[in-house]
Formats: sequence, C-alpha cells, structure tokens
Amino acid sequence: MSTATTTGAREHARAQGGTVVECMPTVPASTGLTWEETIPGGGYASKRLARGTTLRLTDVHGDACVSVLVFNADEPWERLNVADTVKVLWQAYVGEGHLLLSDQGRALATVTAGSPDRSDTFCGTTTLTSNSSRYGDGSPHSATPAGRELFTLAAAKHGLTRRDLPPSISFFQGVRVGADGGFTWLGSAGPGAVVELRAEMPVTVLLVNVPHPLDPREEYTCSPVRISARPGKPSEPRDARTPEAERALFNTVDYLTARGLA
Amino acid sequence: MTTVLDQIVPARAPWSAVIRKGQTLTIEDLAGNQAVDCLIYNADDTAERYSAPDTVAAQGTIFLTTGSVLRSSEGNPLMTVIGDQVGRHDTVGGACSRESNTLRYGQHTKHQHACVENFLIEGSRWGLGKRDLVSNINWYMNVPVDPDGSLGIVDGISAPGLTVTLRAEMDVLVLVSNCPQINNPCNGFDPTPVRMLVTAP
Repeated sequence: MSTATTTGAREHARAQGGTVVECMPTVPASTGLTWEETIPGGGYASKRLARGTTLRLTDVHGDACVSVLVFNADEPWERLNVADTVKVLWQAYVGEGHLLLSDQGRALATVTAGSPDRSDTFCGTTTLTSNSSRYGDGSPHSATPAGRELFTLAAAKHGLTRRDLPPSISFFQGVRVGADGGFTWLGSAGPGAVVELRAEMPVTVLLVNVPHPLDPREEYTCSPVRISARPGKPSEPRDARTPEAERALFNTVDYLTARGLA
Repeated sequence: MTTVLDQIVPARAPWSAVIRKGQTLTIEDLAGNQAVDCLIYNADDTAERYSAPDTVAAQGTIFLTTGSVLRSSEGNPLMTVIGDQVGRHDTVGGACSRESNTLRYGQHTKHQHACVENFLIEGSRWGLGKRDLVSNINWYMNVPVDPDGSLGIVDGISAPGLTVTLRAEMDVLVLVSNCPQINNPCNGFDPTPVRMLVTAP
C-alpha cells in the first residue's frame, strides 16, 4: 500500500486498526468491568477510579513487579503515605486487609487480595540514575525504563509533576528485613498471582511495572501485568480489623460526607 | 574548621538551613532520645529531595549509621553520615502529623503539636508545600522490624550528648522538626532541645 498520498497514508493507518497484541487496553472494557488493560514489563498506566472500585492485578507470567501510587482524585495533594501506612497499622508486610493510608489520616484504598510475602513498602522503585548504572539506560523509551521516569509520565497525564511522587508500594515481589535491618529479596510468587485494591474514595492510581530495585538478575526482567477493575462498594468501618483502621475509615467517611460524596 | 552555624533548636520547634557542599552538620541530642525528623533537598532544585526508598535499597538495610549515603529521589548522594555515636537511626517511621495521630492515638490528639505542622510552616519559608513532603529520616529514633513484619517506635537507644554528623555532597536545604510527639516513646514522652552545628573545612 503506497503512503505517498493522503488517501494511501489514511488507508495504511486505518488498516492497522483491530490489531491485537498481548499488552494493550480493551476499549470499551468487557461487560461488568470499568478498566481492562495489560501493561508490559517496562510499562505504565493510570486511571481515575470511583469509590468502591476493585482494581484487580494479575501477574500473567510470574515476573511482574508493580509499583503503585494513589492520590485523592479530586484533591491530589492528598496522596499515599507509605510511612503512615506501615507505622499507623504496625505492619510493614502489606497483605489482604491492609489499608493504604493518605497523608491526611484517611484510607485511600484497601488491599483485598495479595500476599504480604510478595509486597514491598521499603525500596520504592528505580531511578534513571540506578537503571543507567545497572542496565546502561533508564529512560522511558529505552529497553530498561526506570520506575520513577514512568511515574513522572503517568503523573503528568493528571497534571502532576515530580514533586508529586512520594515513595511507592510495590506488589508481586517481596523483601524481608532481618534483625540487622538488612534485606532479603524474595522474588515473585509465580504466574497467576493476584493483587486487589478497593478504592475507599475517588482516587487516581499510577501503576508502573518494572524490575524491583533489589532484583539481583543481570537482565532487566519484568513480565506483563493484567488489569481488570469492576465497580463495587467501599469498606465498612465496622469491618475494620484494628482500631487504627477503623478510625481511618471513619475519617474517610467524615471527609466524603462533608463533600456530599457519602 | 570554621563554625558556620551553632544553634539550639528548642523542644517542638522547626529549623532549617542551607548546607554547602563539603560542609558538615552535627546534630547533638542534648537531653537524650529526642527524635529529630529531617528532610533534605537539593538546594538548587527542590524537586530533587531525600528518598528513603532509594537510600535503603542502595545500602541494603533500613537502618542509617556511619557510612550511610542519603540518596535523593533521583538516586544522587545528598549527604553522607560520617559520624554516629548512637549506632542506628530510623527512616521507615515517617513524621507524626495531626491527622495520623488521630489514627494512632485517637481523635483527642487532633489539636496537638506534630512534625508535619513544623515541616509545613518551616518549608513555606523556602517555597515548599505539602507536595514536597516525603518519607523522612528520624535521627535518634528506634524502629525495629520484627520477623513477622510488625514494626513500631520503641524506646530509644540514644543518650544525652550523643551526636550524628553529616557531610553535604551537594548544596542542600535541610528541614528539621524537633519532634513534638508526646504519645509514644520516641522522645521518652518529653520533647527536649537539640543542637545544630554547621562547620566548613
């Protein structure tokens, strides 16, 4: 097909429509879902999600590592606070039932599925500097993109900048801390592992899928993660498992009630 | 060695200063077990700031002590710990805030003093806002992680007169909240003053 003319170029471009690859969004999402997309290793995605939405992540081939940032969708200066998330809830290994707390003493989301052995609240994600040193390049269009560079792009799609990128939490790959404070990298749970997050207020989520900072493998190893989100109901404060979590959910309801959103 | 600054930070108060590359900052725990919450920024580009995750991932341990390189959000060295008379310091527990205090201790703590209030008021003098606050360092604070992942602020291991000394690896803005927390053992339930000594070689 010649692309020397407008007509030919248009036909050539339109002929590409309908191509199916492993890593792409399904638009519109399948019936009952509000977001359906597969992110490649070295990729990112973002979305605004309604309160009550359950965001399901599936490690398709067993080498995904998804770092997550969550913002209050309407007031993005309220965002994930990893230190509060571990300190207030007295637990660093984040699994089912753990809340992702904002810097305003409220729950942004609840982890409703996922292994505490395969999450990491300590090491964040990688930088241009660290990936350039390890793999030779960390820029977004390289073969070895750094997590912070991808977060910067995802944030920009929502009017946010590098100043808006606090430490993130990662899922599907775990670390353990020894008595001396040292790390042991646990790696992946394997293919088919699932993480689910329930939005407790309207949120913006940024997701990057890149190798864990402590991944000892020489090769940049990261495989796709499947996203499927469905509408649902937020958590009830009375179902909270700890007094700290109950107060966080009450604070969230208090905030949303004042805004006319609950 | 010349003294650039020698200041006492009162109990509960904020403090900030620009430390030039090559200068050292010594923090003295005057009365013992006072948590000194600390954030560090590239003085020329405050969008680059202290990163707890980059620091702990690069050094392979969550505790800070002599030899720890305090890394930025871009992975660059901001400061290096060149002296430590305590043994280890925390960078996992973050700062107390009025909001997080309501979760940790109850709604009755909403109007107490808190570190984030110090960071916001002192940071505002340098054009920094809430989006510029990230997970910080807590000098002298003791936060062990148990084998099952349980963690929390427990009794400190510092003592009166002990110091930690940092060398600036670039021009940095250091923001400190001399923690006002009265509900947990980080200050022995009693905030006390600290001394900040900046020297140039």
